Amino acid sequence: MIPELGQLALILALLLALAQGILPILGAHRGNATLMAVARPAAQGQFVFVAIAFGCLAYAFLTNDFSVENVARNSFSQLPKIYRFTATWGSHEGSILLWTLVLAFWTMAVTVFSHHLPDDMSARVIGVMGLVSSGFLAFILLTSDPFTRLNPIPADGNDMNPLLQDPGMVFHPPMLYMGYVGFSVAFAFAIAALLSGRFDAAWARWSRPWTTVAWVFLTIGITAGSWWAYNELGWGGWWFWDPTENASFIPWLAGTALIHSLAVTEKRGAFKGWTVLLAIIAFSMSLLGTFLVRSGVLSSVHAFATDPTRGIFILGFLGVVIGGSLVLYAIRVPKMESGGSFTWFSRESLLLANNVVLVAALGSVLLGTLYPLFMDAMGMGKISVGPPYFNSVFVPLIAPAMFLAGVGPLARWKQASLPEMAKRLRIAMAVSVASALLLPLTVGGFNWMASVGIGLAMWIVFTVLIGFAERLKHEQGSKLAALMRLPRGFWGMQLGHFGLAWVVAGIALVSAYETERNVKMNVGDTVHLSGYAFTFMGVEMRDGPNYRAARGTLEVSTGGKPAFVLHPEKRIYNASGMPMTEAAINYGFTRDVYAALGEELGPNEWTVRVFFKPFVGWLWLAGAMLTLGGILAAFDRRYLIALRKTGADTSPAKGAAVQGAKA
Amino acid sequence: MKRWLPLIIFVALAGFFYVGLHLNPREVPSPFIGKPAPAFTLPVVGQAGVTFAPEQNKGKVWLFNVWAPWCVACRQEHDALMQLSQAGVPIYGLNWKDKDREAAALLAREGSPYVVTADDLDGRVGIDYGVTGTPETFVIDKQGIIRMKHIGPIDADAWQNKFLPLLKELNK
Repeated sequence: MIPELGQLALILALLLALAQGILPILGAHRGNATLMAVARPAAQGQFVFVAIAFGCLAYAFLTNDFSVENVARNSFSQLPKIYRFTATWGSHEGSILLWTLVLAFWTMAVTVFSHHLPDDMSARVIGVMGLVSSGFLAFILLTSDPFTRLNPIPADGNDMNPLLQDPGMVFHPPMLYMGYVGFSVAFAFAIAALLSGRFDAAWARWSRPWTTVAWVFLTIGITAGSWWAYNELGWGGWWFWDPTENASFIPWLAGTALIHSLAVTEKRGAFKGWTVLLAIIAFSMSLLGTFLVRSGVLSSVHAFATDPTRGIFILGFLGVVIGGSLVLYAIRVPKMESGGSFTWFSRESLLLANNVVLVAALGSVLLGTLYPLFMDAMGMGKISVGPPYFNSVFVPLIAPAMFLAGVGPLARWKQASLPEMAKRLRIAMAVSVASALLLPLTVGGFNWMASVGIGLAMWIVFTVLIGFAERLKHEQGSKLAALMRLPRGFWGMQLGHFGLAWVVAGIALVSAYETERNVKMNVGDTVHLSGYAFTFMGVEMRDGPNYRAARGTLEVSTGGKPAFVLHPEKRIYNASGMPMTEAAINYGFTRDVYAALGEELGPNEWTVRVFFKPFVGWLWLAGAMLTLGGILAAFDRRYLIALRKTGADTSPAKGAAVQGAKA
Repeated sequence: MKRWLPLIIFVALAGFFYVGLHLNPREVPSPFIGKPAPAFTLPVVGQAGVTFAPEQNKGKVWLFNVWAPWCVACRQEHDALMQLSQAGVPIYGLNWKDKDREAAALLAREGSPYVVTADDLDGRVGIDYGVTGTPETFVIDKQGIIRMKHIGPIDADAWQNKFLPLLKELNK
């Protein structure tokens, strides 16, 4: 009964999404306020019904309703309750439903926080999101129904993929989707601007906080994903450049470029066409990521080659959404007049350079991700592109962006002076060059990569400090109070750049100085690594809720004194029989010590992997710093004031509607 | 023209995706398909003095399954193979690079789906067959020609859609 209700809710949601997608856009085109007024109630109703559908599926998972095929395939009666809930989006069908729910949620947020917009603008924005949502709902109903029943009803389920049974996986996909799908708001604003033909600074100001919030979620999602890989895969790696990771990283790069380009469009009215194009690209990359991960074109456990219906549907949908937007872009872009002029050396030109670098880096990741597909499609054989390509192409491409992140915020708009900049930056330059040469020596000997990484990180840190100092130079009275008075947008940028410096330093240090050993150990054996001695105390069997685990004990000592004990596990999951490695990690600010059990070679004899990972924790701390910077920037006073004003004039919105319609 | 460039790039990409959808990323073409199965003579696991050579199977359609005791994916496949062998499908094994000599004990403990398992200790025969990893399964026809190669564990889907139609045709 409940699953059927869910299905009914999906059908109703689709009908509302179609109404939300078609009527308001038509209304905005014809200047019909009644049709435009459909946008908000339709979007809110759509959200309610998608939420009901999602709730019904979650209920089926929580109550172990194995008559539903999706539950039988992806859950298991002994699965802990929290994972039974997260299994709701563990499957293809469930994850697309989550996607749609998140989209409906964002649309809902737009309906609440868009009263300060002209009514035709908000009608178009909500309408575009309704069209995107219709596509996803139709996809679910036609090809990926999560509520299909099974007959006969199986006694128990097949279990959730053990890899996904990790606390990191509870938050990772929803955060990632909040980010992916959040770019739909910036996209909808861009399309609305193209449809209306009005490209002004106001448009950039409206879409900027939405873009930043989406970027924040994507940053959290990627950070959590990397944390999960580090903890769960048992190889000590934190980024593998695999297609699934790239599918989230590519939109992140596009979103980062978009945030910077929106800043120029808002402040100076320049780069309008480019900003619109980036907004389309950022959301297209999110859709593309979904397509790549969900259609199985790249690599997956089961290819859809035997049943490409889903892939063809998504591809057709991509064609309509992306192709349609790009056609609209090509038609409308000549109407945009470019805004304020600027010289070759100015904040605008530096931000443009930043955009070029980010887009080039995006292109390199996209190319590496899709290259195997291109080769295969042209019948040129099977190849795979691995980390060596990405490290040797992406890293040098992105490095100039780090340099620019230091210069850009200090340069004036319109026209900056090169000699003056050189004077302001010479100390930062001297300090970062000196750190690049000397600091690696104090960590563990000179290393080329560590040197460049530290140099760039110090460069950003010192330019951030100069930025603060220059802002405070002419302040009278308490410097601390003046510091707190600085706009949140400025703080956000500074913290964001500081987070970037932190992550660069972390990556450079851990890549340069990590050590690992992979050894065969008997009970009582000791292995030494980077000043730590690991003594293998043996393995005991232990029962988990839905698995059996071999739990190893490693006593770790340093400098002759016992330091801590690690318990890496090897688990066999009851339902699927799949073995999983559960790494044991002793976390620290300047280093992690990491151990994982390999294979059982004989009685009390195991292969054991131990890793010494200096500064690896910085990656995730820096992710938190980037997130904080994004949050501050998104909630700058000027956006909040715009919202508060609308609180007063929500009711006389009709007057605005007529105005909007005339325009 | 410049303003149409993003669209043109996208259309080209979409074309590749369309072709890509019809390709199977796990399908690595084997140059051995349609060629006679390379000859070898190897000792048989667990039966001292007995040897196995593919010529012995002339006149019947058989599966040649490359596996190893250290291979986790092969354990996954084990149940499926047991069922198939009980259903009368002749499966011959190639115990690939079993340095720790565990195959005999493992088959005795878990049951053997194989008629016999040839012991390829140094992996030479594996190289002759172009083995890239375990498990891999070859279908060899009555004339001793390799007709298909399957990479990865045999699951219900692969059996229904790949093996069964081919075996029916070959056994006609």
